[in-house]
Amino acid sequence: MLGQLDFSVIAPGLPFIWEGLLFSLKLTVVAMVGGIFLGTLLALARISGGPALAAFATAYVNTMRSIPLLMVILWFFFLIPLFTGAPMGAEKSALITFTAFEAAYYSEIMRAGIQSVSKGQVNAGYALGMTYWQSMKIVVLPQAFRNMLPVLLTQTIILFQDTSLVYAIGAKDLLKAAEITGKNYNRPIEMYLFVALVYFAICFGLSMLVKHLQKRIAIVR
Amino acid sequence: MSMIDIRNISKWYGQFQVLTDCSTQVKQGEVVVVCGPSGSGKSTLIKCVNGLEPFQKGDVVVNGISVADAKTDLPKLRARVGMVFQHFELFPHMSIIGNLTIAQTKVLGRGADEARERGIKLLDRVGLKAHASKFPGELSGGQQQRVAIARALAMDPICMLFDEPTSALDPEMINEVLDVMVELAKEGMTMMVVTHEMGFARKVAHRVIFMDAGQIVEDATKEAFFGQPRSERAQQFLSKILQH
Ligand SMILES: Nc1ncnc2c1ncn2[C@@H]1O[C@H](COP(=O)(O)OP(=O)(O)O)[C@@H](O)[C@H]1O
Ligand SMILES: [Mg+2]
Repeated sequence: MLGQLDFSVIAPGLPFIWEGLLFSLKLTVVAMVGGIFLGTLLALARISGGPALAAFATAYVNTMRSIPLLMVILWFFFLIPLFTGAPMGAEKSALITFTAFEAAYYSEIMRAGIQSVSKGQVNAGYALGMTYWQSMKIVVLPQAFRNMLPVLLTQTIILFQDTSLVYAIGAKDLLKAAEITGKNYNRPIEMYLFVALVYFAICFGLSMLVKHLQKRIAIVR
Repeated sequence: MSMIDIRNISKWYGQFQVLTDCSTQVKQGEVVVVCGPSGSGKSTLIKCVNGLEPFQKGDVVVNGISVADAKTDLPKLRARVGMVFQHFELFPHMSIIGNLTIAQTKVLGRGADEARERGIKLLDRVGLKAHASKFPGELSGGQQQRVAIARALAMDPICMLFDEPTSALDPEMINEVLDVMVELAKEGMTMMVVTHEMGFARKVAHRVIFMDAGQIVEDATKEAFFGQPRSERAQQFLSKILQH
């Protein structure tokens, strides 16, 4: 059976696949940066916001974490046109959905990170005259971020794998690109095998990086 | 006028009263040592002075500014009140010089060059100039605490608060920190120092406060305190720690 495989179709398909990969990476990076930013705000709202703000943030995080990502992707994609009257492109819809969804997961990580910074550190910042936001920005968040870097990266690996779900709304990511090329050349199996390898290489590389970081952080402490 | 005027403060953690009607004053240039058994409320009291701990009753007036007054700009007040902690609390993600300059620039608005110059000068003063670009984790406990004192001094404080600055240190490092504090006291810095280092108290303190169970049990001149503390609890405490 393996003898029937023809990997010569990969080379001509590469430019198209490359574009798909670029979108997958863009989606990952946007959702990571936006998700960590929003997630940090959500975490701060839960830790030191007023009761109403904290309740809202908690409800948001718990809701997002209780719904399968695929459903959020589909809902957002099909619901938005009902409100705005105009369909939103699949790519744009995916970018927004992923950022909003990942914010919930990153917020849990950042919350643990913020709580990992001791009260003594916060007091040291205050004692030097820092305001709440200054002590957050200068003292707490950099340490929270550093302590949580391996976990944040692990979440990002999961995020990168999950980007393949946008396939469901027709956004042209790595998987979709492979599917289309596979169809065009009538070689779907080879293409799926190839992108599996690409996913594996990227995720494996990142997880090696996580291991390395964990060791380094253990030394610093 | 008192630099620090603690007026009848009481504080509760839920049902538990941690401070009961505490009052004392620290005059400009005065060094006051606070001692007492663990859990007696020393840290809580000293943290009330710069408003790190809120309290329900009474007031603390620092250099004429009320800590309890909701209109008081607490960060601004704290910027001028130096504080040194038991566990140093240097910022581990910043270099030593970064630790010394960050609040100068971000809080006082000093320029980077001015802050650095001031930082280096103070590092030199505590004998650690050569370590400016290292990170806190690379220094010994005694060195870290000296950096922490320099960090507080970089803000040109009007008074200094110390919360057991040597109790987390290995014995051989205690003196290098006490020496810096003695020098500060001799220069006329107003200091409130929670410590059990009675040698330090004998050398530079003007007054000694003894706390027990959230109350100021004894507030006496150094001579009177070491001569013969009036309360039995202070006598017991003294005889216990002087045995070491
Ligand atoms: N955040 C807190 N919540 C409840 N109780 C506390 C808290 N902080 C301190 N306490 C209690 O208040 C008392 C005084 O603590 P502290 O001021 O740290 O004493 P000291 O510095 O003299 O050892 C202790 O009994 C301690 O357990
Ligand atoms: Mg204490």
